Amino acid sequence: MAEKKKRLHMQERTAAERVRDFQEVPLGYTPEEAMAEAKRCIQCKNPLCVKGCPVEVKIPEFIKLVAEGKFAEASRKIKETNALPAVCGRVCPQEEQCELKCILGVKGEPVAIGTLERFVADWEREHGKQEPRRSAAGSRVAVVGSGPAGLTCAGDLARLGYQVTIFESLHVTGGVLTYGIPEFRLPKKIVDLEVEYVKTLGVEVKTDMLIGNVYTIEELLKDYKAVFIGSGAGLPKFMGIPGENLDGVYSANEYLFRVNMMKAWKFPESLTPVKIGKRVAVVGGGNVAMDAARVSLRLGAAEVTILYRRTQEEMPARIEEIKRAREEGIVFKILTLPVAYHAAEKGWVKEAECLQMELGEPDASGRRRPVAIPHSEFRLPVDTVIVAIGNSPNPLIPMRTPALKTEKWGGVIVTAEGLTSLPSVYAGGDIVRGAATVISAMGDGKRAAKAIDRLLSPVKQ
Amino acid sequence: MARIIKKELLNENVSRLTVDAPHIARAARPGQFVVIIPREDAERIPLTIADADVAKGTITIIFQIVGATTTVLDSLPEGAEIAHLLGPLGTPSHIAKLGTVVVIGGGVGIAEIYPAVKAHKAIGNEVITIIGARNKELLIYEKELTAYSSRLVVTTDDGSAGRKGFVSDELKDIIASGKKIAEVVAVGPVPMMRVCCETTKPHGIKTVVSLNPLMLDATGMCGVCRVTVGGQIKFACVEGPEFDGHQVDFAELTARLKGYKDVEKQAHDHVCRLLKGLEK
Ligand SMILES: Cc1cc2nc3c(=O)[nH]c(=O)nc-3n(C[C@H](O)[C@H](O)[C@H](O)COP(=O)(O)OP(=O)(O)OC[C@H]3O[C@@H](n4cnc5c(N)ncnc54)[C@H](O)[C@@H]3O)c2cc1C
Ligand SMILES: Cc1cc2nc3c(=O)[nH]c(=O)nc-3n(C[C@H](O)[C@H](O)[C@H](O)COP(=O)(O)OP(=O)(O)OC[C@H]3O[C@@H](n4cnc5c(N)ncnc54)[C@H](O)[C@@H]3O)c2cc1C
Ligand code: SF4
Ligand code: SF4
Ligand code: FES
Repeated sequence: MAEKKKRLHMQERTAAERVRDFQEVPLGYTPEEAMAEAKRCIQCKNPLCVKGCPVEVKIPEFIKLVAEGKFAEASRKIKETNALPAVCGRVCPQEEQCELKCILGVKGEPVAIGTLERFVADWEREHGKQEPRRSAAGSRVAVVGSGPAGLTCAGDLARLGYQVTIFESLHVTGGVLTYGIPEFRLPKKIVDLEVEYVKTLGVEVKTDMLIGNVYTIEELLKDYKAVFIGSGAGLPKFMGIPGENLDGVYSANEYLFRVNMMKAWKFPESLTPVKIGKRVAVVGGGNVAMDAARVSLRLGAAEVTILYRRTQEEMPARIEEIKRAREEGIVFKILTLPVAYHAAEKGWVKEAECLQMELGEPDASGRRRPVAIPHSEFRLPVDTVIVAIGNSPNPLIPMRTPALKTEKWGGVIVTAEGLTSLPSVYAGGDIVRGAATVISAMGDGKRAAKAIDRLLSPVKQ
Repeated sequence: MARIIKKELLNENVSRLTVDAPHIARAARPGQFVVIIPREDAERIPLTIADADVAKGTITIIFQIVGATTTVLDSLPEGAEIAHLLGPLGTPSHIAKLGTVVVIGGGVGIAEIYPAVKAHKAIGNEVITIIGARNKELLIYEKELTAYSSRLVVTTDDGSAGRKGFVSDELKDIIASGKKIAEVVAVGPVPMMRVCCETTKPHGIKTVVSLNPLMLDATGMCGVCRVTVGGQIKFACVEGPEFDGHQVDFAELTARLKGYKDVEKQAHDHVCRLLKGLEK
């Protein structure tokens, strides 16, 4: 039977080859590999995979086109519902989304949906021509933030004929895709091209525009019929332990922002510096922690250690990223909790004081709670600490928009269709969910675009 | 992109730029700042909005040339485009009718207090302004500030203009004279702000300072601007830059400002070489 064929995995650059540069790690499929993998899909009548995709990619349809070698058609099929396939194919946690639901996964390995999506998007970029769209003449809609949530919402609305303007506070577009996720996992060229594609749909992008301060949401509503807020996560979390404000202690956001956005690895040709020591400790166990650790290695750190208070099983990072980090030589100190940082005379961090933990009873999240082992403290010599324990939703717009209702922890409150407590104002992505995923942010953008369309063009429905 | 309409040298180390930015001019309030990236490869640096003209659609910034990016900014002539300009940023000053307000500016902070002096005057407060610099050559904005101050006092470290001494000496004397002060605003180098706070604290006079930690995005994302105020972490770029000076951990701020000193010199040297190369 066809589905007995083994899943084809992408070729990767070896760890030794990749740890000192910022080039991408996996190499993608060749056309032959893509067609072979696509043929494993049994073209389910009731495809469960699609239920796992927040942006409803027409998975069996596009995979069939790949199997037939019709890559341009496959690309068009994907782009009917997903404006950022080259990004999704790389950073979607497919193993928890579409591929988790794929029927082949019940007895063997699921179809490599994400890799196929990546292949098609890359093929299109290299061979295809993006057809320019008609310019829109419909109602005007404002989108705040050019991360995955904002880009998806804007792209979908433009396709429906609305005149969309994205306001982005940074000097470049893409949100976390640009300033957070490093080059070797998501090349910036690809993000730029996906943004260009959204622009060809007729979306206008204004950078250097901090909504809340330049224009309030109320002011935007005078010129725009609806507003979508996709302002993402902000405010990095700290643990509140002694020494956390010493020099040499970064939030992961600061560290990645310096490197990815301000190109600190080119210092002094680019003028923003980053200081990276020989011994780096990264606190946390998510994708952000893995990224910060792997960046440190590439910037020349001799020893990079991940400090995580539970075990690898509980780590929220994607399995393949943990695997790659290990291959590259990152040291994992699990069941380890930093409790203080100590400085050398000059005020620069010198040691991380840690406690050894063990797993106790399950807590509210269902995971076993880490508890400190008495008298287990030890000191780890470090000269850089990167705190990657998460971010809260960006507080600026809620601060400047008192009528906008938020949860205690900062998330903007929305209805099932993404409507906030203000009429005609929608929100989605990390500003609503806290730190989540690219694909859930895109799903929110899509859902809000549909709701905005229902609001502004009731006759169509 | 934002065009430089006018460029003036206020002294050998301080320049004033008038920049075309109607959307910023419209929204700017006292106490707010912009982030400038003078050239694509430069840093994002924060500078106070020293004035805004809504009718002309321009803002004024005044900056001291201290390192790489301010050097690059200063190399741009009139008519040139600034690569990126973002603002207004931060939370505006709280301006209310209080009575007598003493506004203190030190160094380039003298220019930064101009909007506050104007606003306190406009709302009907009596404004006593104290400005201080190392010497006469470094004094700026005396005329502009005089126009909005009930009284303006100049101090210089070497006595080459006004009173010989520090701004805090004058502040002490005003307090000692028994004058009822509702609020003190102090903007300038960290040591100056700290001394002003130490001076007012025993008398329970509310003192607002404008902090200048390192900043990166300046929109509340990276946390580099964190300062400890009243024992809590605050992000100066969104919750500040103004805070109650009696609550600020100045020692920590001073240490955090030094973090990059050594490498910044490298960037500065690089820029100087580049700019010289261009001139040849
Ligand atoms: C290092 C790192 C690695 C990650 N890895 C993965 C991964 O592998 N897979 C995955 O699925 N997810 C990953 N994530 C999470 C994912 O990137 C986010 O969940 C996703 O980007 C959220 O999208 P968003 O559109 O809601 O917000 P963002 O991507 O944060 O975009 C928000 C945008 O809004 C702008 N903005 C903010 N405030 C304003 C304002 N007031 N006015 C105008 N503009 C504003 C911001 O500058 C930003 O550009 C990672 C995150 C990080 C930090
Ligand atoms: C909210 C805010 C408003 C500001 N307003 C003004 C202003 O109106 N006019 C003005 O001249 N400057 C102002 N500053 C300071 C200005 O941002 C710095 O001088 C500038 O970033 C230096 O950049 P550089 O690359 O030229 O120098 P760098 O190479 O980055 O620094 C050179 C030297 O200056 C020190 N330095 C760097 N950043 C700061 C800082 N934020 N505060 C104090 N010292 C610093 C460094 O430690 C180093 O010794 C403000 C800062 C903040 C945070
Ligand atoms: S967008 Fe993500 S979830 Fe949807 S099909 Fe592609 S990889 Fe799967
Ligand atoms: S569930 Fe799997 S096999 Fe079925 S259509 Fe989807 S990808 Fe193909
Ligand atoms: S400068 Fe980045 S959070 Fe304030």
